[in-house]
Amino acid sequence: MSNSVLFKSSIGKKVFMALTGLFLCTFLVGHLAGNLQLILKTGEEGRRAFNEYAYFMGHNLFIKILSYVTYAAILIHVIDGIALTIQNRKARPVRYAYSKPGSNSSSASRSMAILGTLILVFLATHMANFWWQMKVKEAVPLHTYKLEMDNPMMGAANAELYYTHVPGIQPIPKDGKNIIEKGTDLYIKGTNVKVAEGYRDLHTLVMDFFSKSKNDGALFAVLFYLISMIVLAYHLLHGFQSAFQSLGINHPKYTPLIKIIGTAFAVVVPFLFAIIPVIIYMNH
Amino acid sequence: MASKFINITLKIWRQKNSNAKGGIETYSLANVSTDSSFLEMLDQLNEQLINEQKEPVAFDHDCREGICGMCSLYINGRAHGPETGTTTCQLHMRSFTDGDTIYVEPWRSRAFPIVKDLVVDRSAFDRIQQAGGFVSVNTSGRTMDANAIPIPKHDADKAFEAAACIGCGACVATCKNGSAMLFVGAKVSQYALLPQGKVEAQDRVINMVRQMDEEGFGNCTNTGACEVECPKGISLENIARMNREFLSASLTADK
Repeated sequence: MSNSVLFKSSIGKKVFMALTGLFLCTFLVGHLAGNLQLILKTGEEGRRAFNEYAYFMGHNLFIKILSYVTYAAILIHVIDGIALTIQNRKARPVRYAYSKPGSNSSSASRSMAILGTLILVFLATHMANFWWQMKVKEAVPLHTYKLEMDNPMMGAANAELYYTHVPGIQPIPKDGKNIIEKGTDLYIKGTNVKVAEGYRDLHTLVMDFFSKSKNDGALFAVLFYLISMIVLAYHLLHGFQSAFQSLGINHPKYTPLIKIIGTAFAVVVPFLFAIIPVIIYMNH
Repeated sequence: MASKFINITLKIWRQKNSNAKGGIETYSLANVSTDSSFLEMLDQLNEQLINEQKEPVAFDHDCREGICGMCSLYINGRAHGPETGTTTCQLHMRSFTDGDTIYVEPWRSRAFPIVKDLVVDRSAFDRIQQAGGFVSVNTSGRTMDANAIPIPKHDADKAFEAAACIGCGACVATCKNGSAMLFVGAKVSQYALLPQGKVEAQDRVINMVRQMDEEGFGNCTNTGACEVECPKGISLENIARMNREFLSASLTADK
């Protein structure tokens, strides 16, 4: 079967590496757009925008499917990368006593496997920090806010209220007396009457994680994220334009453009990712 | 330019046969003319070794004018030495200075087993060629004149550039992955660009890539080192063309 020719061949491995890599580049853009809300909007407004975005990402069917495609792409990219590295190591059993690879190729292009491994380590840490808390442990408290003014309906000032889905609904106080939480749903205590649905406060989790006043290890976390983004930049510097060559796209007119876009992508995207923890660290 | 004489130290890989364990041996060579070629310098060393009743260093060479693809050698960490666009036989000792230490190693690749010292067996390339690097020609005596087939100048030039590959194996030697894709890319492109090559185009690329993989070459990661070190300046475009040809052939061929 001709398909198996592609799957078994060395070029087939390159093609899958390229396709999954380019797909993950589009994932980066989407993820960055969401993350930028952490610094573009401030205060309660920023908190609401980000938590609403996090809710959307967790509940929209299309996004859910897309997230499984992303996991699959990461898995294929990693497994394919390991297979390529093993094949390539085998191809030169005896190494040169003296070699000068710097004279004919970029260091990024020669370090894709180690850069990729570092990115995978970052990914595992990053998911343990946020995704695990949010999705698996469900340990992220619901979004509540303080009402600063005296409200005849709510009573005293400084009542802690849930931020809920339906706007205009009567504010629901978090007092632990009449309302209980089941996941993100709010029920009247002792009944199965759901009154509203709240938002998990991922915003505060992220802010506290990188805040120098809230987290003693924040400086270490910020540095780790910063270094990881530099690693990502190097990986993209070679990976982006390399993917096109693997797919057979090499053209005197388009290749220079692909290289410019690839370099810009490799610099701008990790840079924007990296400034988010830095800004949070400095401001909080 | 007046010729000069230099003294050099050579660190050369010596290995009795394909099964023996090899190692780097150090030799001092005095009075090497800067006008001599690198291979003439090795001839001079071998003369010295023979006079000392020692085994001369085995190395591949044939035309000594950069066209046959027989010479190899990984010199001071670079395939075919420090100059670009030259084979080892076109490298001259004026590229070195008095007192230099020069490392000379054979091509390192699983697919190129060492025969002796600096000589490697490159028949893997021959087997790749035999798998599809040819066109079928009518031999009934009515062979069509090649000039009767119109070919755009641009395509003819590209095919000619690809055909300039002498199959020396520098691309494999310099690639950190020991990949032969520049060689196979050139051989596929040379025919893929011409009408004569269209008949076997699909089978050619599938069979040559399969043979390349079976020989144990590594996989291209687009570092571009091969293009830099290729003595004939074969472009990475040829690898992209092979990838295109292979992708479309593997998706559309009936087998």
